[in-house]
Amino acid sequence: MSAPVIEALDVVKRLGTGARQVQALKGVSLSLAGGEMALLMGPSGSGKTTLLSVLGCILTPTEGRVNVLGKSTEGARPGDLARLRRNHVGFVFQSYHLFPTLSALDNVRLALDVRGEPANRAIAKARDVLSTVGLAHKVDAFPSELSGGEQQRVAIARAIVGNASAILADEPTGALDTENGHAVMAILSRIAQDQSRGVLVVTHDTRLTPFATRIIRMEDGRICEED
Amino acid sequence: MSADVEAPSLPRSLNPPDLAIRPGYAFPLILKLAARNLFQDRLRFIATVIGIVFSIVLVTIQLGLFLSFERMVTTMIDHVSADLWIVPLGTKCFEDPSLLDASDKAAALAVAGVSEATPVVIGFTAWSVPGGGTTPVFVVGSSESPAGLRPWDIVQGNLHALSAPNTVAIDQTYIGRLGVTGIGDGTTIRDQKAVVTTVTKGIRSFTTTPYVFATLDQAKAYIGTPPGRISYLLIRAAPGADIAAIRSTLLTRLAGVEVLTPDTFSARSRAFWLFGTGAGAALFAGALLGAIVGTVIVAQTLYSSTKDHLNEFATLRAIGSSSVYILKIIIAQALLSAIIGFSLAAGIGLIIVEATANSALPILMTPGLTASLFLLTVVMCIASAIAAIVQVVRLDPVMVFRQ
Repeated sequence: MSAPVIEALDVVKRLGTGARQVQALKGVSLSLAGGEMALLMGPSGSGKTTLLSVLGCILTPTEGRVNVLGKSTEGARPGDLARLRRNHVGFVFQSYHLFPTLSALDNVRLALDVRGEPANRAIAKARDVLSTVGLAHKVDAFPSELSGGEQQRVAIARAIVGNASAILADEPTGALDTENGHAVMAILSRIAQDQSRGVLVVTHDTRLTPFATRIIRMEDGRICEED
Repeated sequence: MSADVEAPSLPRSLNPPDLAIRPGYAFPLILKLAARNLFQDRLRFIATVIGIVFSIVLVTIQLGLFLSFERMVTTMIDHVSADLWIVPLGTKCFEDPSLLDASDKAAALAVAGVSEATPVVIGFTAWSVPGGGTTPVFVVGSSESPAGLRPWDIVQGNLHALSAPNTVAIDQTYIGRLGVTGIGDGTTIRDQKAVVTTVTKGIRSFTTTPYVFATLDQAKAYIGTPPGRISYLLIRAAPGADIAAIRSTLLTRLAGVEVLTPDTFSARSRAFWLFGTGAGAALFAGALLGAIVGTVIVAQTLYSSTKDHLNEFATLRAIGSSSVYILKIIIAQALLSAIIGFSLAAGIGLIIVEATANSALPILMTPGLTASLFLLTVVMCIASAIAAIVQVVRLDPVMVFRQ
């Protein structure tokens, strides 16, 4: 296993203000290394998604530190965090979050377009990555023309097309049947075989544990167990 | 722990060494996304375009009228080849009813460098419509000198025919209103005979009161100008004469007059009619109202379109898009609306311009006005995007995890 691609050090995250404030993360330390396929499990409200958001530089920690490729994000401005996300982090969401008005190819190309990649090169890369996830024949299809599993594969293609070091997936199989869920997890496992990439999957689904190289369990804002 | 389930083999490597980059033009994704966002809800898009078209056509009409008005208020001054105008003191515009002493002509001619001093009379009077009733007309009378104020753009008859007693020239625009059919038809003006011998094209008044040209004496009779009085003196300087010096001398020798260059008189007339009377302000207010209506309609549409696509904008933020990238999408939506709306509005504007070209109140469209209207449309649509931009800037990308 390689060096950490992303790590949280004693991260505390408080959400809300005043009487409605809650401490979602209570001093969490977690490191995701290249070549690692980690599952983050735990009951609802345990802080899994908040931790994923903090690791993905969408939320900033209230206390503690996040390092991306060994570099601290402390004091980074929103623009700097956005740059980190587009260059080093790939997200996969439960409900895919594809653009309904764009084809599969353009949905994937979008991740490169926001980085300013030249259009023709971006199209070639997007086409290639779609082929990698088994959707070479669906490049021109719109999300409404794709099954849930295919949509999630497009979302994965979007997450990996920019060579992100960390792929963070929030319940990626939550909306899929077992067969499609396993297919998606297989693709994520394959991605994690690349020593330069780490994959962290938030899930409730214990049937996915066979895909993991490591399982982290959270409860009440803390990591309570690691296998 | 390692995976017990065998991962299916994937057909390709995740990091291919050589990409098949196809040469050629690729449509910019920002524009594609903006266009698809815009056209996705067709009814809303049609409402936006109608809003822009309504707004820009309204602004076109108001500003086109303003331009036409601006030209028409000085049409008489602009068609005279005088070097100077002697006008009664305090004259605000060409239509001002103040009068000069006719004896000023002799005094003016006595000034060194003055080669011609041509009297002009003007005034409103009543034209008896042959079918019954009367209609107001604005009579312009001048001596037959080429330096005088004579009708131009003649389409029927000629200037020579206008030398005969009781003859007048009218514009074809007003033939119907004056109750005549063309040359040879007659009527009375202040109970004096008037026969149409000359018809012009395009000499129209911004007041929509028809101009009637006659000789100086005939015009005086039609208007009822008191004896020994005239409205203006048109001064022509001798070749090489110093016009500024002539002007100074005329001011010294003549009492109760102003001596104006044509440009000064034009500017004064324009200022009076456009801003002194509030007519220009009313036209501008109409144009402003049109622009505001358009801005509000486009803003409302862009705002609701952005609201419908919040999830997508949040996704963009989550995957690391810069704020500028998202702003470009919204601005592109605004600009696409502007271009489509303006194109339709310009087409309708041209039809209106054509339809009013020969009317009493033509609407003018110049290349400058067209360019300004396009700029206004773009500014209007970009200003409309502000509410949508504020909404997106405040967007929390963490919302992508909540759905």
